[in-house]
This record gives sequence, structure tokens and C-alpha cells, in this order.
Amino acid sequence: MEVQDQESVGRWDGLGSRDASSRSEAMDNICQEVMRKVEVIGPILSSAPSSPALGGPPNSDLNDTLAHLLMLSKRCPFEDVRERCIRLLRAVQDLGIRIPRPLGNGPSRFIPEKEILQVSKVDTRTQSIFEDAFAALGRLDNISLVMGFHPQYLESFLRTQHYLLQMDGPLPLHYRHYIGIMAAARHQCSYLVNLHVNDFLQVGGDLKWLNGLDEAPRKLQQLGELNKILAHRPWLLTKEHMERLLKAEEHSWSLAELIHAVVLLTHYHSLASFTFGCGITPEIHCDGGHTFRPPSLSQYCVCDIANGNGHANHHDDVFGNQDVCGEVEVLMERMRHLQECRDDEEASQEEMATRFEREKTESMLVVTAEDEECVPSRDISRHFEDPSYGYKDFSRRGEHVPTFRAQDYSWEDHGFSLVNRLYPDVGQMLDEKFQMAYNLTYNTMATHKDVDTSMLRRAIWNYIHCMFGIRYDDYDYGEINQLLDRSFKIYIKTMVCSPEKTTKRMYESFWRQFQHSEKVHVNLLLMEARMQAELLYALRAITRYMT
Amino acid sequence: MEKMSRVTTALSSNSITGRTMFCHLDAPANAISVCRDATQVVVAGRNIFKIYTLEEEQFVEKLNLRVGRKPSLNFSCADVMWHQMEENLLATAATNGAVVTWNLGKPSRNKQDQLFTEHKRTVNKVCFHPTEVYMLLSGSQDGFMKCFDLRKKESVSTFSGQSESVRDVQFSMKDYFTFAASFENGNVQLWDIRRPDRYERMFTAHTGPVFCCDWHPDDRGWLATGGRDKMVKVWDMTTNRPKEIYCVQTIASVARVKWRPEKKFHLATCSMMVDHNIYVWDVRRPFIPFATFEEHKDVTTGIVWRHQHDPHFLLSGSKDSTLYQHMFKDATRPVDKANPEGLCFGLFGDLAFAAKESLISSDTNRKPYPGGDRRYPIFFFKKPDPTEQFAHVSSALSVFETDLDSNRMDWFVKTAQLYLLSGKPFAELCDHNAKVAQELKRPQVSTTWTMLRIMFSDPANLTAPGLNHNLSKLGPMPLMNSFSIKEIGPGVGTESRLERSKGESRQDNIHLDPGNSHISNNEENEETEGSEGQAEYMFIDAELDDDDLYSMEHDNQAEEQEYTLPQEAFQLRHEIIDNPSAPEHLQQDKADSPHVSGNEAEVTCLTPIESFSLISISQPLYNPHLPASFFCPIVREMLSYYAEQGDVQMAVSVLIVLGERIRKEIDDLTQEHWYMSYIDLLQRFELWNVSNEVIKLSTCSAITCLNQASTTLHINCSNCKRPMSNKGWICDRCHQCASICAVCHHVVKGLFVWCQGCSHGGHLEHIMNWLKSSAHCPAGCGHQCEYT
Repeated sequence: MEVQDQESVGRWDGLGSRDASSRSEAMDNICQEVMRKVEVIGPILSSAPSSPALGGPPNSDLNDTLAHLLMLSKRCPFEDVRERCIRLLRAVQDLGIRIPRPLGNGPSRFIPEKEILQVSKVDTRTQSIFEDAFAALGRLDNISLVMGFHPQYLESFLRTQHYLLQMDGPLPLHYRHYIGIMAAARHQCSYLVNLHVNDFLQVGGDLKWLNGLDEAPRKLQQLGELNKILAHRPWLLTKEHMERLLKAEEHSWSLAELIHAVVLLTHYHSLASFTFGCGITPEIHCDGGHTFRPPSLSQYCVCDIANGNGHANHHDDVFGNQDVCGEVEVLMERMRHLQECRDDEEASQEEMATRFEREKTESMLVVTAEDEECVPSRDISRHFEDPSYGYKDFSRRGEHVPTFRAQDYSWEDHGFSLVNRLYPDVGQMLDEKFQMAYNLTYNTMATHKDVDTSMLRRAIWNYIHCMFGIRYDDYDYGEINQLLDRSFKIYIKTMVCSPEKTTKRMYESFWRQFQHSEKVHVNLLLMEARMQAELLYALRAITRYMT
Repeated sequence: MEKMSRVTTALSSNSITGRTMFCHLDAPANAISVCRDATQVVVAGRNIFKIYTLEEEQFVEKLNLRVGRKPSLNFSCADVMWHQMEENLLATAATNGAVVTWNLGKPSRNKQDQLFTEHKRTVNKVCFHPTEVYMLLSGSQDGFMKCFDLRKKESVSTFSGQSESVRDVQFSMKDYFTFAASFENGNVQLWDIRRPDRYERMFTAHTGPVFCCDWHPDDRGWLATGGRDKMVKVWDMTTNRPKEIYCVQTIASVARVKWRPEKKFHLATCSMMVDHNIYVWDVRRPFIPFATFEEHKDVTTGIVWRHQHDPHFLLSGSKDSTLYQHMFKDATRPVDKANPEGLCFGLFGDLAFAAKESLISSDTNRKPYPGGDRRYPIFFFKKPDPTEQFAHVSSALSVFETDLDSNRMDWFVKTAQLYLLSGKPFAELCDHNAKVAQELKRPQVSTTWTMLRIMFSDPANLTAPGLNHNLSKLGPMPLMNSFSIKEIGPGVGTESRLERSKGESRQDNIHLDPGNSHISNNEENEETEGSEGQAEYMFIDAELDDDDLYSMEHDNQAEEQEYTLPQEAFQLRHEIIDNPSAPEHLQQDKADSPHVSGNEAEVTCLTPIESFSLISISQPLYNPHLPASFFCPIVREMLSYYAEQGDVQMAVSVLIVLGERIRKEIDDLTQEHWYMSYIDLLQRFELWNVSNEVIKLSTCSAITCLNQASTTLHINCSNCKRPMSNKGWICDRCHQCASICAVCHHVVKGLFVWCQGCSHGGHLEHIMNWLKSSAHCPAGCGHQCEYT
């Protein structure tokens, strides 16, 4: 499947051009190609129309092509290509060939499709970002679509990701994708794994490596340990871990390579969080993104209700809105209160310290839904070792890990310098991305305008860092308790610590009155905060190794 | 007031003495500050807040300000400052956003005086007004600067940096009302303390955060800033727009910068990450630190000059939990270690050489270079500043011009291209190479090849006739014949010595001759010299063979002879087996036969086809050849000699041609070194094919693996424009052959050239011809291909 998929990608390149005529030329080629295949296959299908072997070998190639066409008809940022894809699909259908239809509506399971930006209706800026992304990758993935709510951020995100994966860097291209696969697999994020398996093969990666980490080069295997710790308990990273990777021997890493790998790992760990947090659905042209079965009534119900796009759900929303009416107002009131009363109630220092501890401990009590645990599919778990290793709460009784003081090792002062020294330009890009995520605001909350949300954003950011044991001396952790309610904390904790357990219910149960774009915004915050936290631990370990 | 403070501080400056010393702190320091009379220093950090007195020989802990069983975060200091007017007054910036003042005059254990908790985020910096007792300024992460009057409970004014974090605030030393603030976004702002509503001026000083700034203690207008972009910049603030007057590039982000007292152009810096040293720069010489203090083992977090008017004492605190006093005289001076000479090649082979004049002048006493010294002193650079303690150095810059012709490495390129390194019998290779060398007028190299052939040709080998033929043909032969065999070793030695002397003069010609008539003379001389040497041998040789030494016909003969040989060879092989003790045997024999002609005959006898009708002696009596291993030490010496002379080409070529015969004799590392040098040279001359051949033929694993690296050629299918997968030329996506010539539409076999832009290509000549007449791709894809 993967190989064939890669094969079929071959023809799609011309479609990414900004020049309309070359697009149409490429489209012509595709049409001819498809028709040629249809002619070859046509007789088989008509002779056995009831054949259940829809994905069977004879026409799987065609099916992949059709699936890709379907994806293009929905996702291509170029109007002309979309139209021609639709026409071509119809023409094929008219010839009696079954065409696929997308499974699930829209790029996200949590967000109704109609809320998400339609590729057809975006402003020029977003359009140009989408076009760039499409030209670079030949696809516009669901992640980008969902992030399209926040085009400023999306631009920065895509630029960084593109640089990490495709531009100059110490690691060879296929290593980068493989590291991406390793990192995503740690969180059982099949979406990212599938995406990068394709890319990995595209850049000439060895198919054997995909059988599992054992088949990958020794050098990458050694990265497994770092991947594991970084993903789940980054505070346990020590300079010895780095030493092991860097010590001079055959399979050792250079500092620059290690930094690159660390940035990739953290990027994909946090991206996995985002993927689960927003319920990103499989790409249309990938496995599980489309089906060739005709829509039957029962199926329609199952899949669409499960995807939250059914009508019944809509009623639920209305009902829910009434139920929690005023939630936003309460939150705003609290923020205002905190702002004003800051000077009045001056908490003692001991009090402040305890508040951090309390928040830390409390974050442990926020139990993520164990019962909804999904078994990691064998397919993905082979990319990492020790599947039982997961997030353990930062401070458990018995083992004491010293609190990480943000003032002693901060991204701005220390992390940036180290990254930029060893992997030029990336420090700058990450810095911009972090700042973009942290400072992004539209001064709105739900329906309210002109709200200063900096306090709320800071609370979220610091809460995540708190879960990783990073403490800001200048922050009153009591604020978190005031601003983040329990269901929100559950969501944050699940998404950051074991994202694969995020459910639609969690997504819906926090901030019910807020818009989806705002929830995506929250997700961006969570993602970047998590990435920074992991990076800080890894970079601190490297710094200690270097001194 | 200003004046007064100046007087008081100046008075006490005489008494400072001390030495380089340090003490251990209990915890990493974040900042240090000294009191006005330079007798005490305060160290502040997350877990430390202590005052040390500076005594002659050591630091003595005087006071621990961190009191209480579980000290609060107010004690966790990001910065500390000792008031320069009031001895008992200290201020700290706490990481939790508090600004705290301490009064050492308090009788209680806890010296905390005032506590301001107006900042919402970490306070990065506190700064007392230099002359005003009660005025304190703070800058915080929350983007605000606050000015406190210590007689009041709260700030008197707040300055907003527009939500950008403030990293440093510094009162101007000279302008009573002015202070500078540096920001995380790279800006520096100047404020008037009386006008909190708006900054006076703002400019962007760095890309990325500006971590620190410092006003020049004497010069009113100078502000030094240091940033994450690894630069220290000095700004002249007196002009309309702040002007960058000096810029020092360091190797890591700059955490602190402090002007050195009494030295107008000096400032000290320390870095935030990676680099632990403290540097003192002369801003006018930004490329190399004036002095370096290398004592710390972790990043230095605080530096301060011990006394405002004494440039010889520097105090520093570090994350490695030590507090140091550095004596300036103990600093390392990187300048001393720097290479005082500079050497650089120009684009066209000119050589520029700069050195201290003293060195040069002693140099000129030596004899000028053999090729004629063309040194032009271009200019002398004298440092004009008399106040400086830099040694007055005048350097001479000399430029050696090279005439393009004389410096040409044509011989190298030609040799590389023409040499045969494999694919033929050993003797033929030697012959060929000797001929190549001869044609390029390098007689000694040519001779060497011939010698080699003689030494190593195995008589049993099929190539024997070639050998014999050449023996008679070329010069070295008589060497064997005319001297008794005992002298062979030394004989070869003298030969190589001769070569050496010749080689030297030749090298000089190649590299240094300016190429005027002088050279050509020289070259002629050399040639005649060489031919004289040759002639000497030939004199003897001529008896035997009147053939032109290097004639083509002779070569042809050699080939003809080859055909007739096999039977002979078999016989000979048997003989060798029969005569394991050949050397002694041979020696005796040779010694016994003093006549040149006799010897010659012996050799030629091996090949009866050779038409010499000299005395024939029955050949089976002895083996005229020494075992090859006998020559190995000499050859080894010869190879090293060539390599050292810079003719690594010769060394490597011989190494390859001799192959197993010599390889064991030379250690792998040397071989590898030679190979690498030669390959490097070849690649400089873009002789890719030759370089590749050399790599292929080399026997060092380290070299052959060069060919294994990056062997993948990423190509796109010319048809579907997608990357081709791993094997073959058939695109597995569109199932078309990707290597079709876009001009003639035939499949290309052999050299295939293609455009990396559009993936189309074809036969090399076709494409070349096409692109001569058209700028566009022959495939009609519209791409503007370019053939370079």
C-alpha cells in the first residue's frame, strides 16, 4: 500500500505550480493516465461487478489514484484543480467504476467541517500560505487546515517544519522522517506515522527500517532511549544520556546532529499532542481516510454521529449552550478580579511556594481516563521500544526530582543560544514560533471583544510547564486554580501527557461556549508549551554535557 | 555632587593591593557588586546572598544576608547592586518580581529594609542613581521600569517599554536625568527620569535580546551594548541618530559588559552560554581579545571592576560557585599567542606575506630566493596611538608576484592525464610514464620510472623483453653495468642525491620564480645540467645502443618483441626457482665480470631477439636480477623524497604502479596521507576522472571508501518529473526509459548529461550543440537550460 501510494504521488507534482497553465497541463496528463487505467480495468469490473475485492491488486493502483483525486478535489488550494478533479471523478463514475468517498467529514473529528476554513473560501494571505504548503508537499494536510484558523501561526509553523525536514541540516533526509516516525509512534499517533512513512519512502528511505527500530541503523536505535524519556518524563534527562549518544565511537552522534534530532523529536511529540487534541482525521488519500463502499444508511449514522457532524449532536450543542451559559462571563470576572486584587492580597512567599507544589500535586490527581485506553496497534508500536513506558507524574512521593527553575535556564537566554550555535537559523525560527504562539491573541473570548487574554494564556502555558516540573518564580500558581476549571485541566493534562487518550468528550466538555477557533488556539498553546518544556530539559542536559 | 563623589572615590584608590585569588561559594552566583571603597563584595544568586571582604590574600566571608530557615523567594536574586554613595545600602532584584533594599546598618540579623512588589514578573536589573542617594531604578520581564524613592513605600514613576521585557537599566554616569534601558526585542531606549510618559529616543541595537548595556565612565556619549547575537557594540549617543562606532564580535551571547576604568577603549565581557572566559577587549581591535581570564569552569554570571579608578582588579562570580579576583597582570594575552605572520595566496597565485618588521629584516639577510626575490614592501603600518600599551609593531607586507606561466601546473595536469597507472604490464606502465615525464621535460622523473622498471621487473614475467629492451634504451642501464654490483646500492643513492639537488632547484623554479628571463636561464641551465648527467651515462650506453633514447620506433620495437617472448619466459621462471640464493650469486658474478660489455650481454641474452651480437654467455649460469625486495628501502626513500619535495603525484603514481611490490614497505598512514594530498590536488585541478581512478586503484581502505560515499545520484524521470527510484533508468512510475536523448530521441548509452532544472537531457554532444543555438530545453518543456 505504501509503496503504491508513493508511486502514485509521482504524477501529482505539476499541480503544485502557481502557474495555471502548467497546472492544467499536469491535470491533462493525469486525466489521460486515469482513463488509460480505467480502460485496462474496466472489463474486469464489469465482468464481476459484485466483486468484493475492491482494494484487490488489479485495480489498487487505480484506486489509489482515485483516492488521491478525491483528496485533491477537496483539499487542493487551487480552484481549477479541484473542479477538474471532481469532473474527472464523475467521468470515471459514469464509466461504471466505483469511486471513493471521504470517510468522516472534514479534517477533524471534533470540529464540524463547516466550521473549519474551506479551502475555497479563505483570504488571500491564508490562500498563499496554503499554496506554498501544497507546492512544497503536494498536499495540504489536515493539520494545516485546522491551523488555518490562525494563519499567522500557521505560516511560522510551516516554515519551521519545512526547514527541519527539507532544508540544510546535519541529518540526512530519510533520518529526519524516520525520527519523526519514532517520535509520533511514541504517542501512537498513526496519523503522523502514516504521513511520514510516505515521506520517508519518498526520500529514499529503506523499507526494512519500517519493520521496527531493530531494523534501523544502530545510530537511530540509540536515539530510542532519548525519545522515550523525552516524550514522557523529560525531567529525568541527564547529561549521561547525552554522553552516551555523543561519546566517540562508530555510531555516535555529533552535537549538531543531536540538536537536530532533539528538535525533531520534540516537534513531533508536541505535534502528536495537537493531532489528538484536535482529533485530526486521517488524510483522505491515506488509509482510513476514504472508502469505496457506497454510503448505506446505517453506516452513515454510525460514522457521522461518531464524528460529531450529525444533526443530533447539533441539538446537543444548543442544549449545552444553555446549560453552561455564563461560563465565559465567570471566567472573565475572575480574570478581572485577579488583575485588580493583585496588590491587595499579597501572598507570603511560603504561600507561593506551596501553591506551586499544590498545583503540581493536583495535576497528578487530574486522572486521565484510563478506561478509554486504546491499545497501540502493532503497526505503530514497532517503531519504538518499551511501550509500557509512559508519563509518570512529575513529583511522586519517594522520588524527588529537583524543580526546574525557569529563571536559571530559559529558552530566550540559554536554549536559543545553544540551538542557534549548533543548528543555525533553527533557533531563530523556533523563537519566532514560540513567541507567535505565546503572544497570539485576538482580544476576544467567545462572544466578548476587547479582552486582555494574556493572563489566561500565561496560566495555560505555566500550567503545562508546571506539569513538567518547570517553575517560574514570578508566577502565582494560585491563578491557575482560578482560571482553569477541572474539565479544562483534564483536557490539558491528557493532551500533553498521554495525548492518545484524548476523546471527543473531553474536547467538548471544556470551555463549552468558546468557539472552535479558540479551542484550536488553546491547542497551539499547549503544543508549543510542551515542545518548549521538552526542549528545555534536553538542551539543559546538553549544556551540562558541554560544560 | 558629581564632583564630590569623584573626589572621595579617587582618594581611596591608592590603597588597593592583592593578588589573583578565589573562594568557593556554596551556590552558583547570579550577580556581584562591590562597595564604593572596594573593600567588600556582595554575591547574590538563587541560593546565596553573602558579603565578602577583600583582604590581601583571601576573601573572607563577612555576612550572610540569607537568613531564616526557609528563605523566601525574595532572597532569590537575579541582580544585586551596592550603592556607590551610601555604604550600607544594597538593592537586589528577585526572580519573583520583588525589588528589595537592604540596610547593613540594621542591628537585627535580617537586614531587609524595603520591599517593593510592584513588578509582575522577574526583575532583571536594579540600578542606583550614581549620585542620588534615594533613587533606585528597576527593569523587569513584564516590560516596565520603575523608579523608586527609597523614602517612600512605592514607586514614584513607571516607564513602559511597550510590553517588551527589560533586560538592563543603567543610569548615565554624566547626565543626571538620563538612563538607558535594553530590551528583549533588540531595542535600546533612552529615558529622561522626569518624563515617564515617553522615551527620549529609541534605536535597534541588536537582533535578538540586548542583555546588557554600560555607559562609558568618562565619555558622556558612549554606550556599550551586548546581545544574544554575540556582538558588543559601542554607540555614540551625542549625535542625532545613535551611531555605532565600534563593534566587537565575540563567540557567544554577551551577558555582561563593563567598561574598564581609566582605559578609554577597554571593556570586559562575559558570555551567557558555552563560553566561560572573561574577555577584555580593546574596542579598536575587535578581532582578538586584549586580555582573557580563563579561571572559571562554568559560565561567568557577574563581572565588576573592583574600583572605579583602578583598572587592574576584576572581580567575577560564576555558576561554578566561585568568586574570583583577577589581577590584570595575570591575564592571558591572546595576542601573544597569535600568529604574528600572515600568509595568503591571491587569486592568480600571488602570495602576500605580512610579518613583524624585525622578523622580516633578519630574513632579508638570508640569500634571496633562487628564482629571484621579488619582494615588494607595500606599506608599513605604524600604530599611531601613543597612549596604548600595545607594543608598537610595524609590519611589513610583502607581495610575491608570480608570473602565471612559471607557476603553471601544466606539467601536473598533463602528467596526471597521461600517466598510466594500471591496465598494462608493469614494465609497460613504467615505460609509458617515463616517456610522459620525458616529454614534459622532467628527466629525473623519467629516469626514476625507468629505474623502477629495472629494479622491479621480474625476469620471469612476461614483460621481460620490454624490460630488456628498455635497459638498453635508457640511461640508467649503464649504472648497473658499469659499476661493480657492490656499488649498486650507493650508486642508486648518488643518483637519487643528484635528483634531489636537481629537484630542489626545480621546485624553486616552479613555485617561486617570477618567470622573467632569469628563470628561463635557470631552467636552461638546469636542463643542460640534467642532460649532462644523462650524457654521462649515455656515454657508456652509446656503445651498446645507438638508438635515439626516446624515439617512438623504439617503443614499437618493444611491442613487437613482446609477441615473441613466451617460451623464454617459462625458462626463466624455472631458473629463478632453481636459484633461490640469487643475490650472492649475482653479486659474485657481477664482481667477476668487470666488463661492461659482458654485463650487457648477460642481460640481453635473456632476450635473444635483441639484436646485439656481443659475446654470448650461456644464460642459465646465473640470474642477473636482484630480488625486488632488495630495492625496497631505496624506493621507499625515493618516494618519501618526492613526497617531501611536493611532488606527491610521483609518490602516489609509483605507489600505485608498484602496487604490492612496495606497499608493505610504507606505513599505511603515510600512504593515506599521500593519497589524500594527491586526490586533493587533482580535485583542485578538476581532474575528476584521474582522481577517481586514483581512489579506485588505491589500496588504503580509508581512500577507497571515498568512492563509496555519496554515490547516489538523485535524478528525476524526464517524463513524469518525479524522483527516480533506486535502480536502473526505467522510471517505475511511468514505465518509460528516463535516459532518452531529448535531441535524437534515442536511448543514451555512455555519457548522459541532463538539466537539473527540468530533468531533460541526452547525449553530451547533442546537448552541447543544441544549447549553442538555443537557450531552451530541447525537449520543448520551456525550461531555460544552461550548459556550463
